[in-house]
Amino acid sequence: MATISFTDNLKRHVDCPPKDVQAATVRDALRQVFAENPRLGSYILDDQDRLRRHVAIFVDGRLVRDRVGLSDSLQPESRVDVMQALSGG
Amino acid sequence: MASTLRVGTRKGLFIFEKSGGQWQCGAPTFLGEPVSMVMTDPRNGDQYTALNLGHFGVKLHRADAGSASWTEITAPTFHKTGDEDGASLDQIWELVPGGDSAGTLWAGTIPGGLFKSTDRGESWTLEESLWSKPEREKWFGGGYDKPGIHSICVHPDNSQLVRLAISCGGVWESSDNGASWQQTGQGLRAAFMPPELAYDPVSQDPHRMVSCPASPDHLWIQHHNGIFRSSDGGHQWSEITDVQPSVFGFAVAVHPTEPDTAWFIPGIKDEYRVPVDGKLVVNRTRNGGKTFEPLTNGLPESPAWDLVYRHALDIDASGDVLAFGSTTGNLWLSEDQGDHWQCLSNHLPPINVVRFDND
Repeated sequence: MATISFTDNLKRHVDCPPKDVQAATVRDALRQVFAENPRLGSYILDDQDRLRRHVAIFVDGRLVRDRVGLSDSLQPESRVDVMQALSGG
Repeated sequence: MASTLRVGTRKGLFIFEKSGGQWQCGAPTFLGEPVSMVMTDPRNGDQYTALNLGHFGVKLHRADAGSASWTEITAPTFHKTGDEDGASLDQIWELVPGGDSAGTLWAGTIPGGLFKSTDRGESWTLEESLWSKPEREKWFGGGYDKPGIHSICVHPDNSQLVRLAISCGGVWESSDNGASWQQTGQGLRAAFMPPELAYDPVSQDPHRMVSCPASPDHLWIQHHNGIFRSSDGGHQWSEITDVQPSVFGFAVAVHPTEPDTAWFIPGIKDEYRVPVDGKLVVNRTRNGGKTFEPLTNGLPESPAWDLVYRHALDIDASGDVLAFGSTTGNLWLSEDQGDHWQCLSNHLPPINVVRFDND
């Protein structure tokens, strides 16, 4: 199972514990998380479901490339980290 | 007279209350979060605070009348288009009650969407009637990358009649509760446009538009390059020139019952925007702009470099109490229409919006 975790900086806004997912892409992983936690979705994605400009997602330590489709692939045991980008201050 | 003043800053919401003759601030709410807009609904006391979280987007919170318990409610959201460059909410830039229809709210936003709620903000609908206007292709950002609706004036005697101002997209009016819109604003002048487009209504940059509650067809605009007033609901505007120390600024407030009385906070135009000669003044006219009186009692001696944003000046329903705050975190209040100012704080975070609670 891949594991997706969220920056501590989100916790004051919304509960977002790490979650184990079976997902082939970053989009799949997020979809599963948001199905159980819909409020979290608007914190990570914008109105067009694009990754918010100052949110960064790492898959196994590598920054995701596709910030629109979120099509970066996951391995069965991947670690996905959703972080607050420093570009946002 | 109002006894509650909300100050929305870059680092939270600060609520000042008058008690025992003194204005005092309690502990901040939403500490650390940028507050872009605040509103207390005079119809039922509902409190609203709009946040613009730099990383996680726009959020909207509501508390019941008199409560200090806030709940996140749905923020206005653009529908999904499937296009890579589809719109997304950047900021709530105006929030007003929708007149006599209980639960109705209007929200103005960057990138220029107008939203309406009929259920106290539980859900929002984009006004497609305005969003789909072909003229919107001519809108552009004024100080921001995208255009924004910053002023919404709902006629107090006719909730169907709504006027709004856009930076940069000019002034618009609906007389059917938003079902249709027409561009108004003849006479507004855009010095920043090519000469042949200077009077093009859609290209105007009104920084802030306010209407006199007792005489709603009387409106004032602090524009990017001047001061304008209208007495016919915003259809025709006349320019007020020769204003000392400057016609430039962002904010304007109008007396609730005297349409010819208004306040401005002048700055050196355009690229500077700081007070002229480093001298912070509030300009007041009591004769429709024929003459202005610079008000300085209680304001700092030079040099003072305070800049006041378009929503950071407000007047209460009595017409006697005004407040304004600057991006350097200074906050002033007057209880005599600006004759005397008291400084409530020199140490707030940068101030985006100040609003009185009016019953």
